[in-house]
Amino acid sequence: MSDTIEAGHGVASAARKDAPPAIILDKVNKWYGTMHVLRDVSLEIAQGERVVVCGPSGSGKSTTIRCINRLETHQEGRIVVDGIELSDDLRSLDAIRREVGMVFQSFNLFPHLTILENCTLAPIWVRKMPKAEAEALAMDYLRRVKIPEQAGKYPGQLSGGQQQRVAIARALCMKPKIMLFDEPTSALDPEMIKEVLDTMVGLAETGMTMICVTHEMGFARQVADRVVFMDRGEVVEQGPPDSLFENPRTERLKTFLSQILRGH
Amino acid sequence: MSGATADPRLAAARAVPKKRMRLSWSDPALRGIVWQVVIVALVVLGIWWLVSNTRHNLEVRRIATGFGFLWREAGLPIGEHLIDYSPTDTYFRALLVGVLNTLRVAIVGIVLATILGTLIGVARLSKNWLLAKLSAVYVEVLRDLPLLLQLLFWYAMLQGLPGPRQALHPAEGVYLSNRGLKLPGLVWEPAHGWALAAFLIGLVATYFYRRSALAKQMADGRPRPVWPAALGFLVVLPVAVWAALGAPWTVDWPALRGFNIQGGLTLSPEYFALLLGLVLYTAAFIAEIVRSGIMAVQLGQWEAAQALGLRPGQVLRRIVLPQALRVIIPPMTSQYLNLTKNSSLAVAIGYQDIVSIANTTLNQTGQAIEGVAIIMGVYLTISLSISLFMNWYNKRIALVER
Ligand SMILES: Nc1ncnc2c1ncn2[C@@H]1O[C@H](COP(=O)(O)OP(=O)(O)OP(=O)(O)O)[C@@H](O)[C@H]1O
Ligand SMILES: [Mg+2]
Repeated sequence: MSDTIEAGHGVASAARKDAPPAIILDKVNKWYGTMHVLRDVSLEIAQGERVVVCGPSGSGKSTTIRCINRLETHQEGRIVVDGIELSDDLRSLDAIRREVGMVFQSFNLFPHLTILENCTLAPIWVRKMPKAEAEALAMDYLRRVKIPEQAGKYPGQLSGGQQQRVAIARALCMKPKIMLFDEPTSALDPEMIKEVLDTMVGLAETGMTMICVTHEMGFARQVADRVVFMDRGEVVEQGPPDSLFENPRTERLKTFLSQILRGH
Repeated sequence: MSGATADPRLAAARAVPKKRMRLSWSDPALRGIVWQVVIVALVVLGIWWLVSNTRHNLEVRRIATGFGFLWREAGLPIGEHLIDYSPTDTYFRALLVGVLNTLRVAIVGIVLATILGTLIGVARLSKNWLLAKLSAVYVEVLRDLPLLLQLLFWYAMLQGLPGPRQALHPAEGVYLSNRGLKLPGLVWEPAHGWALAAFLIGLVATYFYRRSALAKQMADGRPRPVWPAALGFLVVLPVAVWAALGAPWTVDWPALRGFNIQGGLTLSPEYFALLLGLVLYTAAFIAEIVRSGIMAVQLGQWEAAQALGLRPGQVLRRIVLPQALRVIIPPMTSQYLNLTKNSSLAVAIGYQDIVSIANTTLNQTGQAIEGVAIIMGVYLTISLSISLFMNWYNKRIALVER
């Protein structure tokens, strides 16, 4: 694992345990056909809390966070996001998607729109913002991810790391309360991983509620309040990064950690 | 970070070195020029030979050249004509009827083939197994059989229908027999023309209304629905014009009189078979184009747009269609051109399109060169118009480099 972020200096926790939780997953179950991919997954994430989800391939990490903004639908159990329970009701779906931003492994920028248009699309058409205001907002976020000079270019003209930072800015332009990251650095060359992780650390410092699926242990140690280890659709173990990584209690986590360490 | 790219202004500080021309066969620039001169000379020589040869032959056979014959009486019966025509009219008018008959097949065919092809292409991507398989079979069968065969098949099928007295009569005013398809028609009156004009003006008005609504939304963020204005411009306005002119409404119902069905609108078996064959055949190709266009847009685009809160309709309109159309438009243009040119197979089933009429003209007058020139001119004009329109549309939607 590339320890691109210095583990020593951590980001102070912003979790507010007193406030109502940002996300509640209560005994969530999901099947693809007959395959049981989420088994009684229960998690409660506080406002401002930063959670890293890890686990072997196929363990249901992506499925879990994709259920939170309903790119996937769960079949049993309850998911409550920002006080709104997920259901088939379209209005609740709209409300949740405005509050939850998502960053994908493969960036998924819109290739036919400029960087600026990528960022202003949702503010204009979903938030009903005047164009000039949306553009000012987008430029502000592009500056924060350190690529304002690329605003007029198209995604295909940018490097992978730049594209992923645009994807982060694009999600932030909707002013979400919660950000989901699904392996945001796994499609990147090693030298670009750091610039994306730096951006995410910067975001953590603003107190954003974040759930990141990632195997970047250095990042987990630096920013995570809690690491959740999943295997075969279950939450097997969870806790603060240091104790989880130093003293794994279950055999499954021990095996996983040794594989990860051996692999790098 | 982005610092990797050097500043182009610095790179341009030293001028690009000028290439010097050398008078040597090993110089590619010189070689290029020589070849071009040789090719142009050969083309000019070829044309000169063709022209002088033709003129010589025409003189020997005492054939007058020129388009003077166009103003002679044609004496050529034409079954279907969109404009008034009788055999005592000139060749020019006969050819005009032919052009209109070609356009009638091509335009209706392009519209129908696009609709049918899009439906089949989308159906082939459907999660419904039966629907997907049926569309796949349709595409494979229709595009693998020669078009001429299909036209002859449809024509034979229509010929095999019962005569007018036993015509199939599926609905009031609809008769299908070996004389073609009969439909109820509206008796056209000036009021209808005015209503149509109002509709066209309404289209333009709707376009400008939509533009200004969009500009206003960009300014203050508030979306303004376009449909009330569109309803007013496109429905209320034409209906009001029509009503103000006395709301004339006479339907011409086809009915069996004697041995034939009289009145109403007629689609002749020839036109019907040609249209059917062209539409079904071209739709198979269009279905594949639409399918590959939609598949070219990755699922991740849907997910990213939905995660941003866009509604499915917005995702389709702003993300998926613009990307799919970029892939779809160029091959679609070829299919439109193919359909137009394939309509000349009309000759095989006796539909009198431009080729058929020009061919008869050419036989009757002996003006072969002029006849062929007219056919070529007509197809070139239609094809270039389609190409120009589609290229313009393509530019409009696809002004993006990757
Ligand atoms: N659309 C789908 N249809 C069928 N099965 C699926 C689908 N998406 C995921 N799965 C299955 O669900 C299980 C969980 O997948 P998920 O993508 O959540 O795993 P993951 O933990 O994110 O793995 P990775 O680290 O490889 O991304 C896997 O066994 C996967 O094969
Ligand atoms: Mg995954």
